[in-house]
Amino acid sequence: MKILEKIINIDRRVIFLLIGLVVFIPLLFKIVTPTKISEPVKKAYEAIEALPPGSNVMISIDFDPTSAPECMPMYIAILRHCFKRNLRVIVLGHIAYGIPLGEIGLEKVSKEFGKKYGVDYVNLGFRPGYTAIMVGMGREIRDFYAQDYRGTPIDSFPFMRDVHNYNDIEMLVDIAHGYSAELWVQYAGARYGQRIIIGSTGVVAPDIYPYLQSGQIEGIIGGMKGAAEYEQLLKRPDMAAIGMPALSISHFFIVFLIIMANIGFFIRRRKR
Amino acid sequence: MMGTILSTWIAATLTIAILSFLYKDNPLYKFAEHLYVGISAAFWVVYVWAFDVIPMIWDRFLEYKAAGNWIEAGVLIIPAVLGLMMLTRWLGPKVGWISRWPIAFTVGIGAGLGVIASIQGYLIPQIRGTLLPLFAKSPGVMINNIIIFFGVITSILYFYFSKELKGVLRVGSRVGIIFIMVAFGASFGYTVMARISLLIGRMYFLIYDWIVPTLKLIGIM
Repeated sequence: MKILEKIINIDRRVIFLLIGLVVFIPLLFKIVTPTKISEPVKKAYEAIEALPPGSNVMISIDFDPTSAPECMPMYIAILRHCFKRNLRVIVLGHIAYGIPLGEIGLEKVSKEFGKKYGVDYVNLGFRPGYTAIMVGMGREIRDFYAQDYRGTPIDSFPFMRDVHNYNDIEMLVDIAHGYSAELWVQYAGARYGQRIIIGSTGVVAPDIYPYLQSGQIEGIIGGMKGAAEYEQLLKRPDMAAIGMPALSISHFFIVFLIIMANIGFFIRRRKR
Repeated sequence: MMGTILSTWIAATLTIAILSFLYKDNPLYKFAEHLYVGISAAFWVVYVWAFDVIPMIWDRFLEYKAAGNWIEAGVLIIPAVLGLMMLTRWLGPKVGWISRWPIAFTVGIGAGLGVIASIQGYLIPQIRGTLLPLFAKSPGVMINNIIIFFGVITSILYFYFSKELKGVLRVGSRVGIIFIMVAFGASFGYTVMARISLLIGRMYFLIYDWIVPTLKLIGIM
């Protein structure tokens, strides 16, 4: 009983330290363990896999460094998949801090696959305005993105000359850490019939599931677990896959703490 | 090379400074926090200027002017003026009220777009998604459909306040709260995963982008 009392009254900083260690130690060993592939991630993978080579995939970078550990691995995995399948990638975003991350991902993955800027991919950059842009792009992308991230007119890129609106985008992938995912579904999906895949943080993912159930989106990549599943489907384990053992162990530890705290709570209440 | 090392060291130091708050509030944390707020604000200003004001207003105005298209050029003045009106809030209460006009404009557009999107993109597709066959060949599909159907109906019942919840209504609302609690639990579980993932991301950075390369640089690894 004294042990339980001590556990209940433990300094929260000790818990922080223990969580830190539980995450730190598995990461040191860089172990990659197989993950069970969930249906929403499989659907997302298959939707990209089914696109014919040369299709245009628009990736919206709607996350920033605060959620990069979750969103960046899925963005990199999607990029790898697109370039592997010879799909053309158009990157844009609604969060200013996210665009440099989009550029980092493009630079890294394009080198791996020998892809060229302006030929295989383009970064349109940031525009504020969310819904106005999402609706307006259904008419003409140039109304908002006449120039790319570097200030080059988009018509100077041969493949962009044929891209005018959602009719020319075979798939939209939104990597989101906020409400942008729902906006894309409600504005680009519902109004223009745009096919959409959502990659989101764990916090956002539960809000997105109804859209998958109703058939409004093609798939969901939810949090680091979803990213690890996508990496596994690509047979290219990376940061998310390396993070999974630490994630699993820390979850066990948190569940253990919750159970101990509840037992202690009931014992204390009975004593009173 | 030197630039990468320096930027990694700055990022690592700031990460540790922020994490130090877990022990207790301290000047190092305060410094990192203020630095973040300042840099973020500056970053936004530069981005909005470079990716919005210049290409969307200034460059376009010059383009239309060069083409002799004065109507389109004139139309561009409207958002520019509305934007400037928003800044009058800084000039005190005497002229600050002017900023309400562009705000009203923005709210009006947002509400107009939002109403249509909610009905077209959320309400109707979600109702359609709930109209599922309760008898299906596959037992798995059937169970799922029944859970979705009763989950939606009972959760709505929980928010039915027009009549006292007695009898069937009470039972329904009690079942509804169970579904709602399960949804909260799933949300909380995902949130825990999200927060731990952020810690993993920072730890990964500290180990493989900072500590390991530094040890290699000084010849220990």
